[in-house]
Amino acid sequence: MDQDSSGMFKVQQTIGSVVCCKCGVPMPPNAANMCVNCLRSEVDITEGLQKSIQIFYCPECGCYLQPPKTWIKAQWESRDLLSFCIKRLKNLNKVRLKNAEFVWTEPHSKRIKLKLTVQAEVLNGAVLEQSYPVEYTVRDNLCESCSRFQANPDQWVASVQLRQHVSHRRSFFYLEQLILRHDAASRAVRIKQVHQGIDFFFGNKSHADSFVDFLSKVVPIEYRQDKQLVSHDVKSSLYNYKYTYSVKICPICREDLICLPSKVSSSLGNLGPLVVCTKVSDRITLLDPRTLRCAFLDARQYWRSGFQSALTSRQLVKYSVFYVEPPVGEATVGGQKYALSYVLIARESDIGKMLTVQTHLGHILKTGDQALGYDIYGANVNDDEMAEYRLHGRLPEAILIKKCYDKERERKKGKPRAFTTKKLPMEMDESRGGRGVDPGKMENEYEEFLRDLEENPELRFNISLYKNKDYQESDETASMTDGEGAPTVPIEELLAELELSEEGEGDGEDDMDE
Amino acid sequence: MATRLQFENNVEVGVFSKLTNAYCLVAIGDSENFYSAFQSELAGVIPIVKTDIGGIRSIGSLCAGNKNGLLVPHTTTDQELQHLRNSLPDQVVVQRIDERLSALGNCIACNDHVALAHPDLEKETEEIIADVLGVEVFRQTIAEKILVGSYCALSNRGGIVHPHTSVEDLNELSTLLQVPLVAGTVNRSDVVGAGIAVNDWTAFCGSDTTATELSVIDSIFKLRQAQPSSIVDEMRKSLIDTYV
Repeated sequence: MDQDSSGMFKVQQTIGSVVCCKCGVPMPPNAANMCVNCLRSEVDITEGLQKSIQIFYCPECGCYLQPPKTWIKAQWESRDLLSFCIKRLKNLNKVRLKNAEFVWTEPHSKRIKLKLTVQAEVLNGAVLEQSYPVEYTVRDNLCESCSRFQANPDQWVASVQLRQHVSHRRSFFYLEQLILRHDAASRAVRIKQVHQGIDFFFGNKSHADSFVDFLSKVVPIEYRQDKQLVSHDVKSSLYNYKYTYSVKICPICREDLICLPSKVSSSLGNLGPLVVCTKVSDRITLLDPRTLRCAFLDARQYWRSGFQSALTSRQLVKYSVFYVEPPVGEATVGGQKYALSYVLIARESDIGKMLTVQTHLGHILKTGDQALGYDIYGANVNDDEMAEYRLHGRLPEAILIKKCYDKERERKKGKPRAFTTKKLPMEMDESRGGRGVDPGKMENEYEEFLRDLEENPELRFNISLYKNKDYQESDETASMTDGEGAPTVPIEELLAELELSEEGEGDGEDDMDE
Repeated sequence: MATRLQFENNVEVGVFSKLTNAYCLVAIGDSENFYSAFQSELAGVIPIVKTDIGGIRSIGSLCAGNKNGLLVPHTTTDQELQHLRNSLPDQVVVQRIDERLSALGNCIACNDHVALAHPDLEKETEEIIADVLGVEVFRQTIAEKILVGSYCALSNRGGIVHPHTSVEDLNELSTLLQVPLVAGTVNRSDVVGAGIAVNDWTAFCGSDTTATELSVIDSIFKLRQAQPSSIVDEMRKSLIDTYV
């Protein structure tokens, strides 16, 4: 005799047992007054539910068709497949689904079997639970994109022709790394390398659109879009086009020397006629080395005037620095520190002739260093304005651009770098007429690009560099003891490559750089 | 031996008839089948009276009675009352009572010695029941159901109650009523009182009653005692679980 929570006296109630009205077996009383077996034999709650159904599967891409047009990717016996199969059943909302699981079938049998457990109310409120099997017949049917691809694997709908009319491919190397980092060309059907540019082919106009969008964010571009009619369905007025985007990258590159036309110069606040381009992102950064003033031009502003560089990095010459005066001015421009000072330099090829020039690299040059710069005095530039200035003696004799680390690199010659880079899957253009790409030249340029990366931390910002497996650290530390070494990428910035081996995943990615 | 029948395609036999040891009341149906079923069993033994109560044919739900008397609700017309008085034997007292709960058959379950009453019946009515029917009245519920007449079918030898009655309740009721009780179903439904009309030697239940239920009915109301058989004892053991 127990008391419940309210303190009232409650007699314990034991449920007695009654006989099932059909078979006579004793059972606890229920709403239907029948034992479970008799109830099951009377009522079949799975009546009217679909027990077999056909589904379509694309063997190329492993997708299942959800009519009318959606293809859903799912693995064999995965949760996605389970939910897809259940969704395909009609009438399942009449009963309550309690449990669903796969029954094993041979993978090549083209049948999927599910065991569903459903609950429904029968007779006078008794809830009956019943399991029943559902069989799915899998039929092979190529999905639209796979069939189009099968018919013509080179089929593209939109292409982006990326060009930069300069004599080197540095920008494309950098762009390649950026694209890899942001996965922008993951949907490209083909990538082809051509003279002075790269072609990207896409299966979908929107993919090409988003790629061009991405490009406009990372480099200053100008583009136009054209289309070509491929086919025309007269009856339903459907037109099939091939779209082509002609994208031009601004020809101004880093380390270029530019003689600004007077109009541009005055519009930028009388920036000295000679400026150095220090950074190219979606804007061009122009630095006046004599005043340490900086200006930014974005794509539209640039193409309004469309000036070319006077001297590019091919025309850099080596200078030896003999003496660096203490800096007369300092400035921080775009995160970079510059110090204005006078230096005594001479060309390597003409040591006797000493020049005193003003340079913005006062913060890194020291006596005995080597530097790379433009010899304006000896340069032959096809520019009327520049000739004018030269006549009036308003041009400096040389402008230093960057410090040269060749001596330090000598020590490391032949040893592998600490990092490697990934490459895009590009096709080389083996076209006739010698307009294809020279492999030797490519190697040199790529080497220079890698050196560039080592020297400039801000270039590495948007790029993923991976640890070089062949690189031994011990060599490096030994050489580090003797004075300042060549600049290298610190180990913390490198990412370990994701190795997917048989045993499982290798090391994942380290901490992200910067 | 219990008989299966229907009243105009309705299996609730207890609603359309009232069977006691001294008389039997049947509802007036369009066909004579119902009446003839009763007649084949009871002809000559006890009078079978065809009647309505207040124009309503569900007389089993409306009136309550045993061999001593019959209680009818206030809705009974004078004509019907007179007809009943004329047809029934003289020792049966027919009394019309004024009670708010006028479906007396649903509210009162009785045999010749004891009666169960709806807990909300008036004191006066209870006294009249004790008087007219000559029984001891107990206000009770059966498995939390207050319509004791519908959920309990009672005779002098045994009774069936609602299947959800707990074991303790069953024991208690059995002690009160002094007859063996079983929790079971009639017509596969919980409403046992409405599904069966029973007296000491015969029973009539709806045609939906399964064979298992019939055997339970036969054993609890001891209807086979007229034909002794060795099978009866065994069946009793295997079928009846609470037997006081």
